[in-house]
Amino acid sequence: MPVVVAEDVRKSFGSLTVLDGVSLSVSEGELIAVIGRSGSGKSTFLRCLNGLETPDSGQIIVAGHALAPGEEALRALRQDVGMVFQSYNLFPHLTVGKNIELAPRLVKKIGKAEAADIARSVLAEVGLAEKYDAFPEQLSGGQQQRVAIARSLAMRPKVMLFDEVTSALDPELTGEVLKVMEGLSRSGMTMLLVTHEMAFARKAASRVVYFHQGRIHEQGPPEEFFGAPKTPELQQFLGAVL
Amino acid sequence: MPSLVFSDVWAQFDTLLSGLLQTVWISAVAIVLGVVIGVLCAVARSARSRLLRVLAAGYVEGMRNTPFIVQLFLVFFGLPGLGIQITAIQAGLIALTLNLGAYSAEIIRAGIEATHRSQIEAGAALGLRRRDILLHVVLLPALERVWPALSSQFVLTMLASSILSQISVEELSSAGALIDSRTYRSMEVYIILAGFYLGLTMLFRLSFDLAGRFLFPRRRAVAVRR
Repeated sequence: MPVVVAEDVRKSFGSLTVLDGVSLSVSEGELIAVIGRSGSGKSTFLRCLNGLETPDSGQIIVAGHALAPGEEALRALRQDVGMVFQSYNLFPHLTVGKNIELAPRLVKKIGKAEAADIARSVLAEVGLAEKYDAFPEQLSGGQQQRVAIARSLAMRPKVMLFDEVTSALDPELTGEVLKVMEGLSRSGMTMLLVTHEMAFARKAASRVVYFHQGRIHEQGPPEEFFGAPKTPELQQFLGAVL
Repeated sequence: MPSLVFSDVWAQFDTLLSGLLQTVWISAVAIVLGVVIGVLCAVARSARSRLLRVLAAGYVEGMRNTPFIVQLFLVFFGLPGLGIQITAIQAGLIALTLNLGAYSAEIIRAGIEATHRSQIEAGAALGLRRRDILLHVVLLPALERVWPALSSQFVLTMLASSILSQISVEELSSAGALIDSRTYRSMEVYIILAGFYLGLTMLFRLSFDLAGRFLFPRRRAVAVRR
């Protein structure tokens, strides 16, 4: 039973077609690496999966929730779908602990003490237990991104979306974030990540998906995908980035 | 050349003190109520309802483009004409509060508009309700951001309360005028009055700074760049 199903998803911004009929099915525990040029629609697709963008047509079902308009339907879906952004998007006025506790408290109505327990446990998962009382600006980029991952984890999502989460980081900080993501994948989390980290995609992904001109142009397991790309477009793309 | 003689004025210290206290409490009440109105109006100006947006904009622009003394007289002399009887203090409080409400609404709106879209998306992605995003992700950081500007506006409100002397509210300036009329020591009276206002301003600024540290923990923990 797939956890993510997208069928013929289309999306345009004005006259610009960004998604031109994307279909993808993701099984539980899979790690899907989505790659492609800038403007190929990969981030827009990811943002459609939790309703940050509304597709013009097509169907999306994530963790059993069909994407539908209306605040309540979206909130139900988003409770099961975590998302981590390129620019971390931590709330700067709240401590690390409060950043993590906010959604469990407001959305799941969990008590203060229990929320704090959850926060400490997810912080430990990303190796930042000692940063509970720090403010985001007191952390490095890599640490902030790990806190952002912890903040998503605190909602116990069934699927996690990562939108170029290492693109804003120095190479030395990228490693610590990828390590956390790898661990998460090993624990069985279903993950979709838009990434430019080809080495990571090759090593950790169960499937790599190549977006080209708003469509999924080619996909496959990493060995095959990187070892023997079938289409000239992918060959050209890999030639440019590897 | 006549010399300055302060003793006659100091002899009326009780009058000054009671005026000072009046100024402090009127200002404090106007600030608290004014900032509440300011928050509501700032939110209303970015509301989805067009009616709310227009009403809030009309109020803010109306207040910001007319002199405070005219607003004060409208309340004090105008309302009784409509059959609403109010005391001078009530009129002063209403006018000061409405005036600060408009100015603080603009300041808070600037803070709200500085919120990056990605913050709102992060809140939405976590499944937060629209109103929770507004309060926890938009409004509280906005207030923190504009707290220094708001504090300055609060001080201006306190200073503007001196105009309430025009409708016989017995605040600090009014007390000064009274002592002046009793002693004919205008220079001395107004030197002392200026000193009192200066002291009050510093006291207010200090209080707002402390309040900011209490309300916004980040200001305590991190040296906020201004």
